[in-house]
Formats: sequence, structure tokens, C-alpha cells
Amino acid sequence: MNMAESKNMRRRLVLVGNGMAGVKTLEELMKIAPDTYDITVFGAEPHANYNRILLSPVLAGEMTLSDIMLNDEAWYAGHGIHLHLGKRIVRIDRRAKRVIADDGTVADYDRLLLATGSNPFMLPVPGAALGGVISYRDIADTEAMIAASSTGGHAIVIGGGLLGLEAANGLRLRGMDVTVVHLMPWLMERQLDRTASGMLQRSLEERGLAFALEAQTQEIVGRDGRVAAIRLKRSDGSIDELPADLVVMAVGIRPNTTLAESCGLHCNRGIVVNDTLQTFDPAVYAVGECVSHRGASYGLVAPLFEMAKVCANHLAQYGIGRYQGSVTSTKLKVTGIDLFSGGDFSGGEGTEEIVLQDAMGGIYKKLVIRDERIIGSVLYGDTADGAWYFQLMRDRQSIAEIRDHLMFGQNHLGNTGHQGETRAASMADSAEVCGCNGVCKGAIVKAITEKGLFTLDDVRKHTKASSSCGSCTGLVEQILASTVGGAYQPADTTNKPMCGCTDLTHETVRAAIVERHLLSIPVVMRTLEWRTPNGCASCRPALNYYLLCAWPKEFTDDPQSRFINERAHANIQKDGTFSVVPRMFGGVTNSSELRRIADVVDKYRIPTVKVTGGQRIDLLGVKKADLPDVWRELDMPSGHAYAKALRTVKTCVGSEWCRFGVQDSTQMGIDLEKMLWKMYSPHKVKLAVSGCPRNCAESGIKDVGVIGVDSGWELYVAGNGGIKTEVAQFLCKVATREEVLEYTGAFLQLYREEARYLDRTVHYVQRVGMEHVKARVVVDAASRGDLYRRLLFALQDERDPWVEIAARTARPEFEVLPL
Amino acid sequence: MNVNASAGVATTSKWRSVCAVTDIPRLGARVLRTDDGDVAVFRAEDDTVFALADKCPHKGGPLSQGIVHGHKVACPLHNWSIGLEDGCAIAPDEGCTRSYPVRIEAGVVYLQL
Repeated sequence: MNMAESKNMRRRLVLVGNGMAGVKTLEELMKIAPDTYDITVFGAEPHANYNRILLSPVLAGEMTLSDIMLNDEAWYAGHGIHLHLGKRIVRIDRRAKRVIADDGTVADYDRLLLATGSNPFMLPVPGAALGGVISYRDIADTEAMIAASSTGGHAIVIGGGLLGLEAANGLRLRGMDVTVVHLMPWLMERQLDRTASGMLQRSLEERGLAFALEAQTQEIVGRDGRVAAIRLKRSDGSIDELPADLVVMAVGIRPNTTLAESCGLHCNRGIVVNDTLQTFDPAVYAVGECVSHRGASYGLVAPLFEMAKVCANHLAQYGIGRYQGSVTSTKLKVTGIDLFSGGDFSGGEGTEEIVLQDAMGGIYKKLVIRDERIIGSVLYGDTADGAWYFQLMRDRQSIAEIRDHLMFGQNHLGNTGHQGETRAASMADSAEVCGCNGVCKGAIVKAITEKGLFTLDDVRKHTKASSSCGSCTGLVEQILASTVGGAYQPADTTNKPMCGCTDLTHETVRAAIVERHLLSIPVVMRTLEWRTPNGCASCRPALNYYLLCAWPKEFTDDPQSRFINERAHANIQKDGTFSVVPRMFGGVTNSSELRRIADVVDKYRIPTVKVTGGQRIDLLGVKKADLPDVWRELDMPSGHAYAKALRTVKTCVGSEWCRFGVQDSTQMGIDLEKMLWKMYSPHKVKLAVSGCPRNCAESGIKDVGVIGVDSGWELYVAGNGGIKTEVAQFLCKVATREEVLEYTGAFLQLYREEARYLDRTVHYVQRVGMEHVKARVVVDAASRGDLYRRLLFALQDERDPWVEIAARTARPEFEVLPL
Repeated sequence: MNVNASAGVATTSKWRSVCAVTDIPRLGARVLRTDDGDVAVFRAEDDTVFALADKCPHKGGPLSQGIVHGHKVACPLHNWSIGLEDGCAIAPDEGCTRSYPVRIEAGVVYLQL
């Protein structure tokens, strides 16, 4: 380190181990605090950071080494990171805070990050040190296997786990005769039950692999210093000898703790860390396969990334994140074989299983359930729903209500915009996945592999797929899962931070707003230590809504934190003009309103007049500067068609005119709309009221749907007719008009108080469950009354924004500056 | 007085007074109509003023109507983030809109158009 740098006041961070976990930590650190440290990296391998997960496709000849590089040397240089490749750290002097490499290079640190990974376990049998006996761990091993396979011959893979089978498949594809030797009675016994494993074995045998199960390796027989054969003991005690030109040991990995132990850090199988990834020396952190966290070590990439995020947070001195362990899932990366397993699928006391088996079709699915929650899953042949089951398991979501169709998968995948496709694997590269942004499958796969993407958010940022309406999210997740394999982990929606400006979840932020009586966005950001000076376009509208909901009449509304539509009280169109939808309660209008509309259309040369899906009239192409005059001359209330608010209450004609009608649905719709208009909410809210079970108002796909029956009214909630069609669920039946108003109001207030911003009622109810909603709105009368009162309080004396703005003399926000 | 560097716009055009800084809402924008099209004049929370052609490089959305955060604006049409200093999209998005030099004297905003 030269003098100029040592004078630099920046603290020094040294990373030992240039693999995925360590470098991911640096990437996360760069995102949140790029200037905190002067960073030095030591890597024992001569390569920059590559995607170890994809070594198997390289071995199989499906990818090349350059395809799997994650960060090339230019990346380090571009971030001002000192990179030492091919240098192994041999000593850590914790007192002097210094590391020493095998070539004598020395680096001082203020914080040290250990990411030394793991070592393959070599069976201690005679002949293990012979030439041609290798492990399967890094680029060098992969290259050795590719070289050995070029002359053909016999390969023996010891170990029938994930890695062993991927190695065996790769060697077979490269032309070798391959036998897998496995000690246990079935393959991948830690990830698969016997049935799925049997199906896997048959399909691998069809590809030309041979298996020796329940076979113990006794000796590797050599000739002239090279491997020549392998001697096995079978379960019946007999001894077999198989010819071998190459032996690959894939019997497991051990956390590499040699360096940590040599400097006296506490290790117990792995380097012991707490929930902040700190070791027993507060200046030393550790991440990745080398650590032991709450007694567990992880060999899959997803947990390593979670650790990286938390560790970066603490290195950046934010001190918020906690790593609480991971639930892992596995996917075998053998092209043409679909296999997924996650969680605990071994069953046992108190568990039940749902099994679907189609031996001819090559499909097997098993879900293990305890207390109405998925605790494990094994899928073979059809893994499309693996990510969904895994998400349900991770979120500990109750499956009680979806149990009867759980096995048939997440049926709403690909509802609209992608030709009804629900299986990404069967789609051609040219098939359109995202109908909003015109992204095809091939483009997504290309971005994932070329740019090294691992998360849904990454894919959205780079390709825009599923970033608009989100209906193709399931398909994009499938593509991600099948492309990155075991590295894929569905987003943790339970603990997901609001946005990049904070590590706190929506729920934590809302609770703080209520408990600490926070009344404005700047105060929230100061109190909760926002990372950015004034948030972003994602968190500011959410915070403004949370304040509005928690402290109506008290909070400081911030128009600049509302989306333009709520600032201009009209809907922005693609050409920058706006649309105006005047309110017609219950969809009822009259001749003088229609006459005024016609006059306004003529006077302001409004190009398009259209009837909306919600039974209102839409005036399109209004210039922003004309909006206040248009509102004043219409002399009708704001329709709030631009807001996250009550939009419309759609009605059928009902008993007043209809010969089938049994209730006055039009009047009920007017009453509901008069109560609820001006109600802001996490997302738009649409209601419908039908006067008989023929349901002409389509109450079955609304946030609240009311259906009149002879003896009263049935209430349905959480329906949706948009992106994914969701049928509303029955809430309860009531007798009177007053009850319809109270139950509807209470449900909507519960949604307002508990849903995350931009969640529709359907998303909210899916998350909390219908039981919870019924308990608060139907069963507990006191709770219902409180909710209803809070809603009425929030709506009391709220003013119509159109009337208010039209009455003002100065309206600079609607006017352009003259030059 | 603060001067934001122009994005290499070679111009002989003049400085024109536009409005007072306080005419622009903090974390907001005003639109200036010119012969060359609309110009969005932004005011960040720190009272720095920026001027960009009022057209997102993506699909021409009016940036003046977006949410301003830090020295960035989110386009109201498809939520691209555009840097106020240079008019360029934040990676991984790509594209730039024209930016204009801004000068503030005695609380008055001048643009070089």
C-alpha cells in the first residue's frame, strides 16, 4: 500500500476468498455504501469471480468458461478494488490486523471478510492420491475432467448426490462410460424420496449411465501411478472390481476453516458466526460455505446471497439486517430432467402427504404438510410449480383454503398476455413471455446467463419482463429457476424491504408510523433512518398513503410524493394529455349532466368520449391547463378514476325496473358510492351490486361484490377482473342495507390498514387468509364496529379535489411558464 | 449562484430568465414552452435547479410530471429513472434526453436555450 493510500481516511476491508459469496457481499456493499472502504481481495484460484453453480453445464458442453464469468478483472478495477489472483492467504495476524499471502504479499485491514468456501471431501481409501483421481469443485477440476474425457474410457463417479450426478451426466455426454457408485440404497437420498429417486435413476439409465448402489468403495487400484480400477464391496458382501480411467469423488464438501482455525477463531465444523455474520473477533466477518450459523452450514448458493446482503449491511454500519438461516431448495441441472425438492419431505409424526403419481407420464409430486402448511416438496417431471410451493412454504402460508386444488399448481400463471402458456419449459425461445413489454423467452434466458442475474428484480430491471402488470411473473420465475438452477430462490416476500432506501418492511414502517405518531414523510425518513435524502418513486407514494391511513385529519399530505395522476386529479395518457371521468353515483345520470358533458367536449375540443368498463363516461385527450375549467363547467364530482381510491360502484337495474330483480341494487350502489367516494386505499377499489343472482353487474370479480337475494344480500370480497381473473370469495350474508354498508366499510378499512401499498384486495386476502378477514369483519362485532367507525371518521368532511382546485384563483401547477 | 455543466451542447444561444426558484415546487417541476418543444425545469430538495427536454428517452413521456427524488426523476409513463444532471437514464436502462445549462442569480432561474 503506497503513502497516498495510507493517508486516505477510508477504512480498509480485506476479502479472503474470491468466490460467489465474498464478491456478492462486495457488490451489495457497493450498492449501499460504495465509498466506505478501501477494498483488497485475495483469491487462490487464478480466475476472477465465476458462477460455480454453472460448472456442470460447462462440463456437459452446454456452456463455456467465459459464459459463466460473473465479475471479470475490469469490474474490480472499475470499482477501485485491489485484486490479487493466484495468491493464497497463509496467515492472519489478528493483533496487527494483517493478512499474509503465500508469496509474501501483506495487507492490513480494519475489517476482514472470510469467504474461504469449502473443500471437497476425499474418501480416505487406498489409492486416493493416484493420478486420475479428482474432486469436482472448481474450474481446474472441470478442465481436468474435460481433458480426461477426450480419450474416452471408463469413468467412475463416487457419490450419487447432486454434484456427482451432474458430473456423471457431463462425462457421459463427453463420451465416457460412466458408473456412479453410491453408498446409500437410492440416489440423492437427502433431496429425494425413494419413488422420485427411482424415476430419476431410470431416466439417467436411459441416457446410458450405470449405477452401483449400496456399494462401498474399498480401494482405488493403480497402475504406474495412475488409476486403473476401483474395488467395491456390495451389500451382499461380494467384492467387485470395475475398470476406471478417471475417478471423480463427489461425496460431499467440508467448510474450509483451516485459515480461520490457524488464527484462533472459534470454529465448530464451520467458522462460527452470529446473525450479523460476525465471527468471535468483532473485526472479522465470514460468509458463504465456510461458516457455521446456528449450527448449520450451507452448500447452495441462495443462502450465501442472503448472508451477503446482511453482511454488507453491517459492514456499511447500518446495523439493521439479521440473517436467520435459510430454507433451501434443490434443482438438478441435467438438461431434460426436471427435479425439484425443498424443505423437509421425509414426513414423520404429525405430518400428512399429498401425492400425485403418473408413472407412465413420468410425473411425481409430493407435498408434505403439517398444521395446514407446506413443510416440504418433491417434484419430478413437472417442476413448474416448484417455486410457488417453495414460496408458500417459506411464507408459512396456510393452504387450508386452496388444499383441494393445490396439487394442480398455481393455475393463474399466464392468465393473459402470453397465449395461455403456463409452462415456461415448453415455450419456444421466440415465444412472447411479457405481453406488456414485448419480451420473449430467449431474451430473458440470454440476459440471465450473460449478465449473471439471480433474482426476479434483476431480470425485471434488465429485461423489463414482468415489470409492468406482473401477470407473467410466474413464467419469468420459472425461466429464472430453470436457467440458474439451484442458485434461484424465490423472493422472500415476508421480510422484503420496502425498497432500496431502507431495510425495513412495509409492516415495520407502518407500525412505527402508528406507534410513534409520525405525521410527515421527512419525519418518517429521519426517524427510521432512510438511506436516501428523499426516498424514491417507490417508497414516497407508499409512505404518503400509510400516513394518510394512520393519521387522517392530522398528517401532512405531500403532493410531490403522489403519482402525477393523484397530483393532477386526472389520468395521464401516453401523449401527456389527461383523461377526465366525472362521478355518476351508481352509474345513474340524467339529461342535464349529459348536456353539460356534451358542451364541455365541444368547448375544449376533447377528441374522444368513451364509456368505461365501470359504467362511467371518460373524456380523453384533455390538456392539463384546461383541467380546472373542465371540472368547473362539468359541475360534477370527481370520479377518482385516476387515484388509488374507490373508483366506481357498478350496478344492475335491480328491482325498480327488472322483472327478475329481488333487491334495489341501483339504490344500494348509490348508497355505497356516496359513503365510500373520496376513500384513498392501497390500490384502486371497485365495487358492484347486483339485484339478483343472475349477477348482471359482475359482482363476482370485484373488490367487494354485493348480490341481492330474496332474503337479503350476499357479500363477496377480493375478486379481480384484471391482470389475473380471480373469483371473489364469499364473506357473509346480511339482511339489511345498514349491514351492507357496515360490513363493506369494515372490510375495506381492514384492507386499508393492513395491505401493503399497491396490493389489491385479492393479494391482501391471499396473504392474510380469509379466516383472518372473517374473524375481524364477521365474527367479532366489536372489531367490525371499530373498523367501520375509523373509516367513517377518515372520510368525514373530506373535500372534492376538483371543486377545491377549480375554486382557487392561482393554480400554478396546471400552468406552463411563458418564455 | 450555481451553474450546472451542459451535456456538451455547443450553442451560441442566450441566457433567458424563466421564473423565480420559488415558482417551482420543491421536489417538483414546471414546464417551459419553447419553439424547440417543452422544457422541464426541476427543483431538487436542496434547491438545485435542472432543465431537461420534457421527453423521456424511452417513449417520450413528460418528465416534468414525474416524481423527483434526489437528483433523479421517475418518468410518469413507465417509471424509467432519469438523472437530472445529464438527462441520462439510470442503468441498466439506456438513453439520454437533452439537458440545458441553468444559472441562478438573486433567486431567478436562467436557462441557456
